[in-house]
Amino acid sequence: MSATAAVKTLTIDGLEVPINGERNLLELVRKAGIDLPTFCYHSDLSVYGACRLCLVDIAGRGIQGACSTPPEPGLKIRTQTEEIREIRKISVELLLANHERECTTCGKSAACQLQDVARKLGIQKVRFKPVHEPAPVDRSSLSLVRDPNKCVLCGDCVRFCSEIQGIGAIDFAYRGHDAAVLPAFGKDLGEGECINCGQCAAVCPTGALTPRQEIEEVWKALHDPTKTVVVQVAPAVRIAIGELFGMPPGESMRGQMVAALKRLGFDRVYDTSFSADLTVIEEANEFLGRKTKGGKLPLFTSCCPGWVKFAEQYFPELLPNLSTCKSPQQMLGALCKELLPTELGIEKKDLVVVSIMPCTAKKFEAKRPEFVKDGIAEVDHVLTTQELARMIEEAGLRFTKLAPESFDMPMGFKTGAGVIFGNSGGVSEAVLRYASEKVTGKKLVNPDIQAVRGEDGLRIVEIPVGEITLKLGIVHGLKNARTLAEKVRRGKCDLDLIEVMACPGGCIGGAGQPVSRDTDIRKLRTKGLYDVDKNMELHKSQENHFVTECYQKHLGEIGGKHAHRLLHTHYHNRRRMIGEDIALGDGPAADKVQVKVCTGTNCFVKGSQHILHNLLDQVQQKELQDKVDIRASFCFENCDHGPTVSVDGSKIHWCSPEAAQSAINQKLKDK
Amino acid sequence: MRTKPKADCNGRKFVKVFTILEKHGHKPSRLVPILQAVQEEYRYLPKEVLTYVATALDISPARVYGVATFYSHFAIEPKGKHIVRLCDGTACHVKDSIPILDAIRKRLKLEGKKTTTDDMLFTVETVACLGACGLAPVVVVNDRVHGQVTPEAGVKLVEEIIAREQS
Amino acid sequence: MNPQLILDPAAGNGGKTQRRVIVCAGTGCVANGAYQVIEAFNAQIAAAGISVTTEFKAEESQHDLRLNKSGCQGFCQMGPLVTILPDEILYNKVKVEDVAEIVSQTLVSHKVVDRLLYVDPATKKHCQGINDIPFYQRQQRFVLKECGVIDPESIQEYLHHGGYAAARKAVLKMSQEEIVQEITKSGLRGRGGGGFPTGRKWEAARGQKSAKKYVICNADEGDPGAFMNRSVMEGNPHSVIEGLMIAARAIGADETLIYVRTEYPLAVARMKKAVEDAQKMGFLGDNVFGSGQSLTCEVLEGAGAFVCGEETAMIASIEGQRGMPRPKPPFPAQCGLWGKPTIINNVETLAHAVRVINQGADTFKQLGSAASPGTKTFALTGHVANTGLIEVPFGTTLREVVLNIGGGITDRRGKVKPDGFKAVQIGGPSGGCLTKDHLDLPLDYDSLRSVGAMVGSGGLVAMNEKTCMVSIARFFMDFTQRESCGKCVLCREGTRQLLAMLDDVIEGRATGETLVLMEKLALAVQKGSLCGLGKTAPNPVLSTLRYFRHEYDAHVFHKHCPTGQCKALAKPSIDPVKCKGCTACAKKCPVGAISGEKKQAHVIDQVKCIVCGVCADTCKLEAVVGV
Repeated sequence: MSATAAVKTLTIDGLEVPINGERNLLELVRKAGIDLPTFCYHSDLSVYGACRLCLVDIAGRGIQGACSTPPEPGLKIRTQTEEIREIRKISVELLLANHERECTTCGKSAACQLQDVARKLGIQKVRFKPVHEPAPVDRSSLSLVRDPNKCVLCGDCVRFCSEIQGIGAIDFAYRGHDAAVLPAFGKDLGEGECINCGQCAAVCPTGALTPRQEIEEVWKALHDPTKTVVVQVAPAVRIAIGELFGMPPGESMRGQMVAALKRLGFDRVYDTSFSADLTVIEEANEFLGRKTKGGKLPLFTSCCPGWVKFAEQYFPELLPNLSTCKSPQQMLGALCKELLPTELGIEKKDLVVVSIMPCTAKKFEAKRPEFVKDGIAEVDHVLTTQELARMIEEAGLRFTKLAPESFDMPMGFKTGAGVIFGNSGGVSEAVLRYASEKVTGKKLVNPDIQAVRGEDGLRIVEIPVGEITLKLGIVHGLKNARTLAEKVRRGKCDLDLIEVMACPGGCIGGAGQPVSRDTDIRKLRTKGLYDVDKNMELHKSQENHFVTECYQKHLGEIGGKHAHRLLHTHYHNRRRMIGEDIALGDGPAADKVQVKVCTGTNCFVKGSQHILHNLLDQVQQKELQDKVDIRASFCFENCDHGPTVSVDGSKIHWCSPEAAQSAINQKLKDK
Repeated sequence: MRTKPKADCNGRKFVKVFTILEKHGHKPSRLVPILQAVQEEYRYLPKEVLTYVATALDISPARVYGVATFYSHFAIEPKGKHIVRLCDGTACHVKDSIPILDAIRKRLKLEGKKTTTDDMLFTVETVACLGACGLAPVVVVNDRVHGQVTPEAGVKLVEEIIAREQS
Repeated sequence: MNPQLILDPAAGNGGKTQRRVIVCAGTGCVANGAYQVIEAFNAQIAAAGISVTTEFKAEESQHDLRLNKSGCQGFCQMGPLVTILPDEILYNKVKVEDVAEIVSQTLVSHKVVDRLLYVDPATKKHCQGINDIPFYQRQQRFVLKECGVIDPESIQEYLHHGGYAAARKAVLKMSQEEIVQEITKSGLRGRGGGGFPTGRKWEAARGQKSAKKYVICNADEGDPGAFMNRSVMEGNPHSVIEGLMIAARAIGADETLIYVRTEYPLAVARMKKAVEDAQKMGFLGDNVFGSGQSLTCEVLEGAGAFVCGEETAMIASIEGQRGMPRPKPPFPAQCGLWGKPTIINNVETLAHAVRVINQGADTFKQLGSAASPGTKTFALTGHVANTGLIEVPFGTTLREVVLNIGGGITDRRGKVKPDGFKAVQIGGPSGGCLTKDHLDLPLDYDSLRSVGAMVGSGGLVAMNEKTCMVSIARFFMDFTQRESCGKCVLCREGTRQLLAMLDDVIEGRATGETLVLMEKLALAVQKGSLCGLGKTAPNPVLSTLRYFRHEYDAHVFHKHCPTGQCKALAKPSIDPVKCKGCTACAKKCPVGAISGEKKQAHVIDQVKCIVCGVCADTCKLEAVVGV
């Protein structure tokens, strides 16, 4: 082979275009500067080929989908022919004929790709009969709204949920024109195994899946003179919100954002990066404690609420491996509710904490019962980056023209460590910046730890810290998290720390961020956060003197009793879905012994089927059908003690057939 | 309103589900034959059992539901005691199968999209070509094929069952 | 006389000529009571003191008579069919009550029971055996040759007829290249639809470097009105397995699967039994024919989805997914089941492959046309005198098939009408219609495609002049829109809109614009859909628009359905020339819309008329038209 092999090319609309390892014609066409419309193509996901918009005419092969055709040298491709134009128009009109076209009131208006494509193709009339049949909107989820009336069945959400997150909370159901994207059994999203990451909404081209909005509640609080409303903003928000006001991605709009929040009427504007610094200190100490004292390792990070719910549902036995630290959002909320009433001389009930997050799962997190005490939540409302932008627009503020302002102190002060939290690898880097100095006692001269940075969804890195080498796993995308968690479960994992972010690229790629199909935007946002860090004075959480002061004044010892009360939490086993029991007898009678055998995933794996089988046999052999009622039940949420059997309401953990039998016999005797 | 026949979900059937799952090695790839076998037991696919199947195969319940609703052979609602299936293949269609369907549905007072009678005695449905085109039009009552059926003969088939049920 | 049709009277049971009673137990005959007939034979034969066996044995038999059931013999309408050999008698529509007479007359006294013979409606001749019956006479049966003769549940009998010789040859004597070359040379094309050259498909998979490869037999015969594959599986299941073995050997696969639609329970049972028997004989398993090679075969059932006949959808279904097609490339031959090279062949294709290996490509090519060699089975149904399963060489004309083998077009009462031919729908919902002008068109892949139809899997539905072609287009569109998987926009929404437009035509709401838009949409769906189902779904619409435009125009512009089938547009009237004024229709009319003097032509009051059609049913002179 000659070293200067001729570049292979093909022809697109008469232009010769080099082939450079593009996966399909669509990528190549777009690289050539022609933006073919698509709904169902997403570079992170598998090729689906359903929307039929990226059709091209290939000489000798006829009309083919560009997304599913690999580039071959010599192909002659036309992207615009009369025929293709007509097919594209017909496709979009067909979708519009089966679409609730209430665009003006749609949450996706102006960001909707269907709208965009219809406009670009110059569709002025839908020639087909309206065939749309209204379906109820699902508002059961705390994070998302599912509106089937807007769905174009491109399947991006389905593929993201299963291919990237490894969950499959939604899937296609039925077929033909009855086909729909539904949670299992057509139940509501809030009832199932959805972990609220919202990436389905992020990839949804229309308004079929959108983040749930809390704007109204926040306006109400702001307009209520009896309320003091403080707000915290997550690091990833500042480098993305500008995109909604025409700024390049990754450009930090911190000053304008703070100014806008103050103009909107927030009484205090704090930075979640402050509590991220706090998280670093608590979590690093927890980690070092476990590492030196032989605690449960690897330690999983716990700042991503999507991951936490995921772990609760699928890896109950690994919950002791999760850091007990609350997420920065909840830490700051807890501090506000603890400290501000005294400081401001107001009643706790009149303090409203709002957070601005890049994330939809944070909405769910804020409502977790662990974070609500006596009816008072640590964080009252969670807005996404998108919602904040909408409020700014509604208030008529010319965002980019605002004179920058600063966060309020002390909880607006942070180091770069608290800022890079928003990137995948950021938590690890921040913890390492702390741990390294703590372990070695030496000052870390260059705080940038490039080794943990990167785009890959699953990265394993080894970092020498003094005498020891720490082995870290950094993942984004929960399918990757599952891979590592499975290893941990099987005892085949020698990692020390595993950082998990549900969303691609970390929080900067959260579903609350401005919607974009361009994966390059993620890179720019990531760079944006690292740049913010670079331009700051301080880079290590231990250098945040307001945090130090906070420990001295309020929290006491790191990881101590007070710190634990305010900054740490616990997790619980969680069933995957709300389901009915399976009755296995002829229906219950009041005087029967009620036996329920858990057949949830964990108990199943631990052999509950065997117990159930055994009990059913026993009942039949001893002819106890009239005395014992056996049911297969779905998850008592005691997974780490499984298999679990409940006999007349009292639960037997780590149950065996014999244990269940003797409990039943006892009950029978008692009766 | 349809009532779920609770007595159907008894232990024997559920134990059979264990056997089915074991026979197929708990393999997700065997989902279609597993659902077929489960339906053979229950005559439809109860949601709770599908959840159990999903658990046992370690796949998402939404996927199981997606597969169960994709194939027309699967029913996620209970069916009537007697199943009347009318072939609506081309040969039957050109030989006037639809009037037979209309007549049977009228006799059983099935209106709109309803396919199962209120007393859960009959489910009437159309099926894709049974390949018995030589006998068109064809009606299958509880797996027995009847050929060259007229609307009157179709109604008679149903009435015979009703008479048997009442006696 | 056709040499292929001569049954070997000595077939089976050694050298001694043994009498045989064969009862067809295909789905059609079973529905008509074939099993009861078999029971009756057992009882009556025993009563007559004849020693009988049901089992095939290659060696000398002690029994006077062998009674067995066969697979579908194709002449379904006439079932149950009973064949007596070596007498070569075919009794049709045999009922339990007839059995005693057959036993006493034919089996004991060697007489023919005349009343149970087939009567050729054209000549009124009583035909004794299949060689006398035009339906069989004009066919050339290869794939179907043994169907209806051998006991499908006896591997011994299949072996006796030379079964598994081709597989043995392929496994033990031929290299992979040789097999593929022979198939390529034969010009065999896929019998399932598109007519893709089988040799090329095999070669593509053979060339793939992979330790694991699969062969799938596509027996998901979903076209409504087609049952060729069912008949082969029911009648000669081992030929399918043998074909699979050859294909597996050719590409180097060690796993084969047969995907049968669930609507064919009998075919499923027979295939499963055949696989078990082949395993027991060591034809399948760890050591195929002692070659040291291993090969498995598994029968899988579909679950009711037409789209699973599409290769990639079938693969998805086998993998436990929703049967939704995926874009090609990659083709299954490169990346199929579980990502491994996979070939998917239709039942009939595999059965033909057996013959190619057995007799050589040159013999195979002797029949059929140059570009479409060999024979093809068709399911002939609809308004023809003889419905059933036939096999003819490619290139046979439509006239030969419908008018000669089929015995002509029938009216609604089943009577043959010499001028009744209107159209034939070929290829099911993916195909198109052929008209009178095509009667002399040779049936093969390319000529059919040139007129906008396709061979498809081989469903041939004949239609008489009383059939409304718009309704037929609507029927197929209703089918495809229900069977659309719902994945791609053009097919999911397009077929649904096409159906709505056809409804508008049928119910009188359509305008000229509807027709223009309908054609545009149909072309878009055809060009742009993801899979073969979508791409061919508009064919019935396009084809009827092409050949029966005047019927659409009548519906749209004159609000009139010429055949009167579309109730909303039917305008019944009485032909004054034919009407003899018998008053029968006027008496039956439920709304009193018909008036006229006795022995005078009657008229229908269009205002009162409710288009119930009773008058047309009543009139023996067929004077009532347009309903």
